[in-house]
Amino acid sequence: MHPHRRKRLFNIILVLLFSTSGIGLILYSLNTNLDYFFTPTELTNINIPEDKRIKIGGMVLENSVVREQSKVIFTVTDYKNYIEVVYEGIVPDLFKEGSGVVALGFMQNETFYAQEVLAKHDENYMPPNLSINNDN
Amino acid sequence: MIKRFIHQFASPKTYLFQVNKIYRYIFYISLIIYLFSLTWGLLFTPEDFVQGNSYRIIYLHVPASFMSQSLYAIMAITSITYLIWRVKLAAYFIIAIAPIGAMTTFIALISGSIWGIPTWGTWWQWDARITSTLILFIMYLGLISLHNSFSNHEKADKLLSWLVIVGFVNIPIIKKSVDWWSTLHQSASITLTDKPSIDPSMLYPLIGCIIGFFGLIICLVILSSKYQIFKRERKKSWVKEYV
Repeated sequence: MHPHRRKRLFNIILVLLFSTSGIGLILYSLNTNLDYFFTPTELTNINIPEDKRIKIGGMVLENSVVREQSKVIFTVTDYKNYIEVVYEGIVPDLFKEGSGVVALGFMQNETFYAQEVLAKHDENYMPPNLSINNDN
Repeated sequence: MIKRFIHQFASPKTYLFQVNKIYRYIFYISLIIYLFSLTWGLLFTPEDFVQGNSYRIIYLHVPASFMSQSLYAIMAITSITYLIWRVKLAAYFIIAIAPIGAMTTFIALISGSIWGIPTWGTWWQWDARITSTLILFIMYLGLISLHNSFSNHEKADKLLSWLVIVGFVNIPIIKKSVDWWSTLHQSASITLTDKPSIDPSMLYPLIGCIIGFFGLIICLVILSSKYQIFKRERKKSWVKEYV
């Protein structure tokens, strides 16, 4: 390789190195701030003021969904810690027990009052008859 | 010999005549593969056990997202080629690819939004995957407008190449965003290391769609690169003869 070409290659590697380490440092310092939601376990470890709007995410605990008129009460869990969620409104079609959920709202006295509930689905896709076989 | 071959192919004229010969085959083969896989995916695959029929937009969303990132990677490679060897054709490719990259990213964002409404219950959320893809879209637009703002093409090419290389950092971030942070977006179903978490009956048409879409987009890149060659070399005698 020509010396001046080698120099340009070296420059490119240098630029790549600097930009990656720069962005890398930013992402590293932001760390969990880039998380979309708190898991129930994370919530028990940190103190969040009652007037701060947050998102929590996890699985809807099996047999925890109770419907009272327009209210939906359910438990969000990461199977280590549990948070009771109260929500008034319509939940998405994919909302069901044992599947993922993200709720936006306020934490007050160990209960989470949600303003918005979103369903989170995972990366598994399969036909319905196969999933029944897998469950058995 | 290889050196001479590369040298020849790197001339816009040889490239143009070579690519003219194979363009038609790439186009028809990709079109057949894509239409076949799309019909298969939309009409002849089973419903998903959770999402029902709404998962079928995957046959557009995944190919478009895959292409939006691949095109950026191709752009980064041509940028490096241009900066080191000063191959003109490589410079034409960077600006030829940018608008098509913006288009595929736009399709990925829109199809993702449409998919989000029936499944997540929202069309937009600022999670790491969606935000980093939006950044990719804005980056493509930035590259196009930067190139347009220069009257000196050579300066524009150089600056553009450097910017493409700096912006490449975003590609691994998009790819790994669903693993590094908690996101609303699900993790990847197809990975190089693990068994796909998508049933074979849905996986095969999806792979067909990705391959077919890839070919069709490459055809667009070829057309776009031809346009760049005519635009930039319009004063050359062979272009005048050809047109």
